[in-house]
Amino acid sequence: MVLSNWLVPASRLILVTLSAQGALGADFARDVLPVFEKRCHACHGPAVQSSGLRLDGPEAVTKGGYSGPVVTPGNPEQSRLYKLIAGLDPKLAMPPAGPRLTPAQIAAVKEWIDSGAAWTAAARTKETAKPAHWSFVAPRRPEAPQVRKTGWLRNPIDAFVLRKLEDRGIEPSPEADPATLVRRLHLDLIGLPPGAGVVERYLADHDPNRYENLVEELLRSPHFGEKWARSWLDLSRYADTEGNESDFPRPYAWRYRHWLIDAFNRDMPFDEFTMRQIAGDLIPGATVEHRAGLGFFRNTLSNREGGADIEAERVEQVVDRTNSVGLAWLGLTVGCARCHNHKYDPISQRDYYELYAFFNNADEVNLDAPLPGESGDWLRRRPEYEKKRGELLDPVAADIARLQQTWEDKVRWAADNPGKDHVWERQLELLGLQWEQGYGGGQLEGLSVLYLPHDGRTKRQRDHMQEMFLGRGSVVDPETWKRLGLAEVSKKLVALNKEYPPMTQAPSIVERAHRRRDNFIHLRGDFRSRGIAVEENTPSALPPLPSDAKRNRLALARWLLAPENPLTARVVVNRVWQDLFGRGIVATPDDFGTQGARPSHPELLDWLAMDFREGHWGFKRLLRTVVRSSAYRQASARRKELDTADPTNSLLARQGRFRIPAESVRDAALFVSGLLNPAIGGPSVRPPQPAGVTSESLYADWVESTGPDRYRRGLYTKMQRTAPYPQLLAFDAPDPNLMCARRERSNSPLQALTLLNDPVFVEAARALARRVLIESPPETRARLDLAFRLCYGRSPSAGEIDRTSSYLERETARLAGLPASAAALAPSYVDGIESFVAAAWSMLASGLMNTDEFFTRE
Amino acid sequence: MRVAQYIERRDFFRRTAAGLGAIALNQLLAQDSATDPLLVRLPHAKARAKSVIFIFMSGAPSQLDLLDPKPLMQKHHGEPMPQSMIKDLKDDLIRGSARVMASPRKFQRYGKSGLEFSELLPNLGACADDLCVIRSFRTDNANHTPAQFLMNTGSILAGRPSMGSWVLYGLGSECRDLPGYVVMLSTSQGKGVCGGAANWSNGFMPSHFRGVSFRNQGDAVLHLSNPEGVSAEMQRGRLDLIRGLNEERAQATGDSEIASRVAAYELAFRMQTAAPDLLDFSREPAKILEMYGIGKEPTHTFGSNCLLARRMVERGVRFVQLYHSSWDDHNDLHKNLNRHCAITDQPAAALIRDLRLRGLLDSTLVIWGGEFGRAPMFEVRRGNTPGKEGRDHHAEAFSMMMAGAGVRGGQTLGRTDDFGYHVVDQPYHVHDLQATILHQLGLDHRRLTYPFQGRQYRLTDVHGNVIAPALA
Repeated sequence: MVLSNWLVPASRLILVTLSAQGALGADFARDVLPVFEKRCHACHGPAVQSSGLRLDGPEAVTKGGYSGPVVTPGNPEQSRLYKLIAGLDPKLAMPPAGPRLTPAQIAAVKEWIDSGAAWTAAARTKETAKPAHWSFVAPRRPEAPQVRKTGWLRNPIDAFVLRKLEDRGIEPSPEADPATLVRRLHLDLIGLPPGAGVVERYLADHDPNRYENLVEELLRSPHFGEKWARSWLDLSRYADTEGNESDFPRPYAWRYRHWLIDAFNRDMPFDEFTMRQIAGDLIPGATVEHRAGLGFFRNTLSNREGGADIEAERVEQVVDRTNSVGLAWLGLTVGCARCHNHKYDPISQRDYYELYAFFNNADEVNLDAPLPGESGDWLRRRPEYEKKRGELLDPVAADIARLQQTWEDKVRWAADNPGKDHVWERQLELLGLQWEQGYGGGQLEGLSVLYLPHDGRTKRQRDHMQEMFLGRGSVVDPETWKRLGLAEVSKKLVALNKEYPPMTQAPSIVERAHRRRDNFIHLRGDFRSRGIAVEENTPSALPPLPSDAKRNRLALARWLLAPENPLTARVVVNRVWQDLFGRGIVATPDDFGTQGARPSHPELLDWLAMDFREGHWGFKRLLRTVVRSSAYRQASARRKELDTADPTNSLLARQGRFRIPAESVRDAALFVSGLLNPAIGGPSVRPPQPAGVTSESLYADWVESTGPDRYRRGLYTKMQRTAPYPQLLAFDAPDPNLMCARRERSNSPLQALTLLNDPVFVEAARALARRVLIESPPETRARLDLAFRLCYGRSPSAGEIDRTSSYLERETARLAGLPASAAALAPSYVDGIESFVAAAWSMLASGLMNTDEFFTRE
Repeated sequence: MRVAQYIERRDFFRRTAAGLGAIALNQLLAQDSATDPLLVRLPHAKARAKSVIFIFMSGAPSQLDLLDPKPLMQKHHGEPMPQSMIKDLKDDLIRGSARVMASPRKFQRYGKSGLEFSELLPNLGACADDLCVIRSFRTDNANHTPAQFLMNTGSILAGRPSMGSWVLYGLGSECRDLPGYVVMLSTSQGKGVCGGAANWSNGFMPSHFRGVSFRNQGDAVLHLSNPEGVSAEMQRGRLDLIRGLNEERAQATGDSEIASRVAAYELAFRMQTAAPDLLDFSREPAKILEMYGIGKEPTHTFGSNCLLARRMVERGVRFVQLYHSSWDDHNDLHKNLNRHCAITDQPAAALIRDLRLRGLLDSTLVIWGGEFGRAPMFEVRRGNTPGKEGRDHHAEAFSMMMAGAGVRGGQTLGRTDDFGYHVVDQPYHVHDLQATILHQLGLDHRRLTYPFQGRQYRLTDVHGNVIAPALA
């Protein structure tokens, strides 16, 4: 190979010679490095590396920044560094502020590059390591601290809480009264108030374990999953529509909700829960139930409009997926690093695109995911469908196959030849945007299928590709199309498919095997500005992936769950704590970074995190531990002295007292009135809402559900992104376009108007009145007692009896003279009760359902 | 920073309320400002505007046929567009086949200032000396939904708080019996607003900052009227019962949040009382109704919304947004523009005149415009039937108008090239408009921030400069 050595280009030969001789005149340490130090290091030095570039060591030459190398040794004109300081780039000059470098300084840098850009200065001084931010250091199981009042301790949680209080000379609050505890446990664990007689039975129960028994009963309730699924719907910005202008329906989005409810009810360990949601398709032997968890990622918005840039939309979805893992598992605002290094947290833009890379090759796909009992019927009808489909298509099968082949070839050709033929480009675009349009198919799913070999497609994919072709493929050969009557065939096929709808689908994602996309840094967050290549990796400030791990989502999921990972377990237990106390140990559950709140009880947080992980990630086990503690059982009443010492109750000297979530407000009204349909899971429903709400958006309509579907829990209400259900919005259900780890709790007149006047709540009040009149002995006192017990889980005080009975008297007298009002307000006929009396009870019931106590968890 | 103040105030209230017991609670309820998250707050600087009325022309009006005359285009009508102008166009189809579409509209000078308006806007033209027409806006996205979000929330992505929410958050509400931020919708074509309620969303702020939509059907505000059979006295009786029960609970728990709840119920009741009065036009003089075109078509609905906007501003409503959709005329532009303008020109002009007559224009900022403009070429894809041509979306240049509250009227700002394709002088961005609106309200768009998920958010993100030449 002597020859090839001999053929080194002349320029390099010269360069080598020059470097060997040393610099021509500029001395690196004397003339160049001081310029970097003085004018560049503020942004490209040890503390900050804007655009990934640092100019304080040899990697300035060897590596460069996110856009690639900035120095081409021997060639200043090719070197970005030189071009920017010399002002040769019309768009950007460096330094961006202050005077330009002097001609002498620019010349020195030029000479240095010209002469080979050798970094001859001594290695930089070792940086003094800053202590790592608390949340980036893995938790260790702390010892429970010593306390004086040991009788208060039920489990280690209490020691951590009590020690802080004792250090400040504060007594914990007494235990809440039993009725409050029963109601609190119900609202916290299943999101519904206790049913009739539950409190009474509890009070009469002399079993010393009655509290623990009640906890177990609620953890076993099928409503448990409904309550706890909600926070994951918030985290993943769940909705039943796609967003954007058209906001098309997603008829199977609910399948992910169904999966969540089931996972919580079955107490799926959190590690399994995580792996299925992040990498369900990659788990060996994955079934549909594994892969349905990936619906987490399918709650990103989609854009199906012509003119939408399909790659831009896809990138937005991958960004959202990356950010949602950051929020839900890491509690970090990684999205800040999309366009530039994170301003506050040690997450560089490179880190961001390394994390992004895990999701960049996951394609949207819908899976057949029938519910129990569904597939039998579907399968039974299938042969009939196939027969009809055959009758329709067989006569022209050969022609269709031939034309479709050409069509597919041309669409693939258009993909490889952008800008050549707008007709075929349009076909490509449509196939990318509108696979199973109106049926919630995956965005770009059509294009993924297009590149599968024919025999590698599932039956459903084959059929649907054929339908897509028949729906819009006439451009391939309009004359033959007309001759064969394919437009008519397509129309009939669409009608046939309506008659035989597909079985339930699970929105999911799947890792692509072929035509994998490159991963690179998007300079300034713009995917059209390609920076240097990156590959799948976890953020560098956190523990590394095992070196032998295959870089995929499964490895990412395992990394999130690894004992070294300092964040996941803390972030999850903190959100649970927030749900059970009204405020997290870290008050910013969405930000464990340096700008977030510090934990009020760091050791407690770590103890809970360790206990959660070492307890095999048992979710119900975690809840059980917390709700059994004395800290949880405290009364929530305000204490005068604490309102000054600890106005936010961060010391936990009492329980939280807070409004229940939007869905629970609805649920409670329907439940106490006996209207609630307790069915678990399944598709979304459309309870009544005033006419015209959905028409404020562009295309939406709202066909009210009929029958028992009108009375489902709020969790099941169809969420239309462009026109969300008003009652939920009024009570701070999060905007369905945003990921949310902490809901606001506001007070507004619209909430009052909703509870007073919304027909849903008016109907609930009438039903509650009817229930009281039917179920109670006829004395007013007894009726009031039942009404209070249903609404609040307690009997009325003397003052409340006075107030409510005199109200009833007044309203009864008034309504006796207003027969039309009475008729409108009274519940349907109750034996032996005048309608004006019943109407007064409706008004009272409404009053009771409008008090603070009704929708507050104490 | 403002949040910190807010939280401190709440905690202060907690401390005092719980310490003073039930009697003090009643007193605090009486002056319910202490429990009111919409309490009036001082601006950063002296405010010129107390209120804003944003007439949002959803779907993008054609600036070339309304506000930005291009006489030179007449000569080139039907010719291919100059390639130099459209070389950056991504769409090959349009780039290859774009032909110049000159406006058939006659433009005329109005007022002392001699501003030019097309024949479609004679009434707004008559307000020329109050109007500042800015012809040099550009935006970031040429699709309706993201561009509307950008205009109304500062971001092309759904889910950010809208401008009215930012204003309420910054300034609170002066109005004791109506929402501080109201949205009204009307339409030429039976279509709603792209992106819908996300345009007046509170985003990540609490829901009391959300825009309340006043509706044309049913209750003006959702659930405003009492259920069938419940009279005003019965409603008051029910509220007194609720209030009494709440006060007992407040004594038992010491929780001052209950006072906020009671205050919200009282505000709801005042809204129930005030809204019918707001909606009752019977005491407006006939000539005012006539001026707005109320009681005749096609102006009745939009005119009623405009008059309502004035009546709201009179009552202290902070931010009113009128959405009129849809100006999205890919086809049959000329016929449709006649209709949109017949519906909106007279009432919008009446609103400006009426505000001026009442001395309200000095404290009310009026904005008119859409999310982007329309292209100087014939539409290529849709609506190319001869005689029914239209124009496609255009984000590179569009016009907006401002009036009132410190705006220097009778001037145009900015210039586009001879085809109206690019801005060639004084370019402005949507964020500049937002900065200017906040500025006139006394708010510094760089300092009005809200913390969410680890970041201090702003309406203008990291952009925006006040459009100083527009201001007196």
